[in-house]
Amino acid sequence: MSVNYNVLGLIFASMHDGYVSELTKQRTMGSIPFGGRYRLIDFPLSNFVNSGVTEVGVITKSNYGSLLDHLGSGRDWDLSRKKGGLHLLPPYSQTGGIYKGRLDALSNIWSFVEHSNAKYVILSNADVVTTIDFNPVLQQHMDTEADITLIYSKGMFDSDKNNCATILDFDSENTLSGVLVDPQMAGECSQWLDMLIISKEFLKKIVSEAASRNQYSFTREILQGKNNEYRIMGYEHKGLFMRIDSIQSYYTANQMLLDSEKRNALFKKSMPVYTKIGDNGPVKYGLESDISNSLIADGCVIEGTVENSILFRGVTVGKGTVVRDCVLLQGTKVGANCTLSSIITDKNVEISDEKVLTGSETYPLYIGKNGKI
Amino acid sequence: MYTKKKCVAMLLAGGQGSRLYALTKNVAKPAVPYGGKYRLIDFPLSNCTNSGIDTVGVLTQYQPLVLNEYIGNGQPWDLDKMNGGVHVLPPYETQTGASWYEGTANAIYQNMRFIERYDPEYVVVLGGDHIYKMDYSKMVDFHVANNADCTISVIDVPKAEASRFGIMICDEKNQVTDFVEKPKEPKSTLASMGIYVFTWEKLRKYLIENEEEANAKRERGEAWSKDFGKDIITSMLRDGQRLFAYEFEGYWKDVGTLDSLWEANMDLLSPSVPLDLYDPSWKIYSRSSYMPPQYIGENANIENSMIAEGSTVDGTVDFSILFSGVTIEEGATVNYSIVMPGTVIKSGAVVEYSIVGSDCVIESGAKIGKSPEQVANRDDWGIAVVGHNVTVSENKSVEPKQIIGENI
Repeated sequence: MSVNYNVLGLIFASMHDGYVSELTKQRTMGSIPFGGRYRLIDFPLSNFVNSGVTEVGVITKSNYGSLLDHLGSGRDWDLSRKKGGLHLLPPYSQTGGIYKGRLDALSNIWSFVEHSNAKYVILSNADVVTTIDFNPVLQQHMDTEADITLIYSKGMFDSDKNNCATILDFDSENTLSGVLVDPQMAGECSQWLDMLIISKEFLKKIVSEAASRNQYSFTREILQGKNNEYRIMGYEHKGLFMRIDSIQSYYTANQMLLDSEKRNALFKKSMPVYTKIGDNGPVKYGLESDISNSLIADGCVIEGTVENSILFRGVTVGKGTVVRDCVLLQGTKVGANCTLSSIITDKNVEISDEKVLTGSETYPLYIGKNGKI
Repeated sequence: MYTKKKCVAMLLAGGQGSRLYALTKNVAKPAVPYGGKYRLIDFPLSNCTNSGIDTVGVLTQYQPLVLNEYIGNGQPWDLDKMNGGVHVLPPYETQTGASWYEGTANAIYQNMRFIERYDPEYVVVLGGDHIYKMDYSKMVDFHVANNADCTISVIDVPKAEASRFGIMICDEKNQVTDFVEKPKEPKSTLASMGIYVFTWEKLRKYLIENEEEANAKRERGEAWSKDFGKDIITSMLRDGQRLFAYEFEGYWKDVGTLDSLWEANMDLLSPSVPLDLYDPSWKIYSRSSYMPPQYIGENANIENSMIAEGSTVDGTVDFSILFSGVTIEEGATVNYSIVMPGTVIKSGAVVEYSIVGSDCVIESGAKIGKSPEQVANRDDWGIAVVGHNVTVSENKSVEPKQIIGENI
């Protein structure tokens, strides 16, 4: 893909942090580890890069130390550029305190957007994992002369299990006719992927109007409030998407990658997912190792049994240990003769020999960062 | 404006590696894959970075495309520097004509201008085909402490193998008194590792002398050479310069042949071999492939193996090394083998005691190699080799010792 200087990418890296409070205790949404070797922000960043968008701003809110560490200069995404490149936009609010919603956040970083030569802006969150090419969306946005194009996918929604979903309704012309936030319902519906395309000019108008009225919520003020006034269109993304809106959905989303079809839908040869390089050695399997249906990242050393699990970089599993239905984040050390089932361990957890830990698939047991058992 | 560097490294990567046959048909030897996610050149380059040497010239001339692309701006090894960094140095044309590198000494001679930009005190000369982890800065310290003109890194080899190497004969203070290339009856077991530290001023003088001498011989129709071991070291010894042997302790393996390449990979699976690729204080860096983690399927059976990212394994893998993006289908068997990046081994295929190059397809029912026990006459046994981008059709076999570079 050649470079498209006409588009600016913006990522809200801290949106919906509160729904996965366990994982965001010492980090923000964008830096939550995912899929063995990634952080959530790798997906929107790679989507931008693979679509030719090489000017990207990352809007942070709090706990963003680990995010800064992960992103560095943006080199691993090929975003360490003179023209465009990666820009980190830490929180700052004109109204005092940290910004409240998308419009407030955009108002605070407006000078960055203003400075860009891009004609269009694509907004994305970090809590929706998907692989998408933005070029067809941009094309549709221009063809339909929309003010805003929302990217959505059809998928199952259950208000008992899901949080922070925005359900969209479109009329026969594909223009937005209804917007519900977390409605009490269950079933298949069009869910907003929290991604949209808008012209810089139009974004400037709505951001400055919102600022003058002290409004901050994009969903409430624009999608629900100006639904009839603005030309808001939908673009259906047909690929796989996963929304990380609870520790359970985090667990399920990781587990989903054990399905080859889903894995191939997320990791396409033509759209590689970039991430920070760790320079770990290959995975080493010992003489008595027994592995089945698992996703294993570089740097792991496995002497025991691993089933239906996701092992992040540098995990070690001792002899005689059985790891079943687990998600073990980077640097987890499991000793010998342990039995772990349905466990999520955060970074650098150490589990000593002979321990038995059991969670349930619907309610996995979470062990916090650096925990020692 | 170039700032002065204490040390500049020159990496000799021009070798054709003809003894690696099918694996170096389109690839320079230092770019040959090793150890699941590395290429041979990752070892000297990572050693340079870890030793604090940030200026490296890489001398290439054979099949440079893959190697140049791989080295790029040197970023994976932290060698993308404002001042210094890694530079690929191919032969070039001047007003007096063009010339290929005519030996290792000549390759450095032709790039003296590169070295002089940094005005170094010392020049470290390295090869691109050895597997080892070494702190070159300790060797430079040793060189300085001995007030040496040249220091040669040596390793103690078993007496039976000594005649395969360049052997150094030293006094009790490690000063080299004699040097013999591949002696029939070795007087010592200290083998040269092809790693040299020179005081630049001295090396410069000997490079120029060797060049003039060799050219004069060529004009007279006599035998001539422009080689480090053969010419530079020998001349320095003859002139009574201070040459010292720096004894290296640790894992060091020459991977000049297919057998030694296979062995060096197998060494990684042996708990008694002291080559740790997981030591965070001395990482071996490589250019990454941006692939997802490896997926191990329901039917997989993996023992004592190393597997790199992006691979999918649903068959049996024993005592083997799989590189990134390799697929082992259900019902396929891989034993005591090395499978390079992107290769697919289909259901029912058996690969034993083999090296399979990158982007190959081994169709179902194909048999590559055999174990030594399966061969009646032990002399007929050896590893089987499939070159890069080769398809082995259904039910075809590649016998032990056989090397194929074309589809069968």
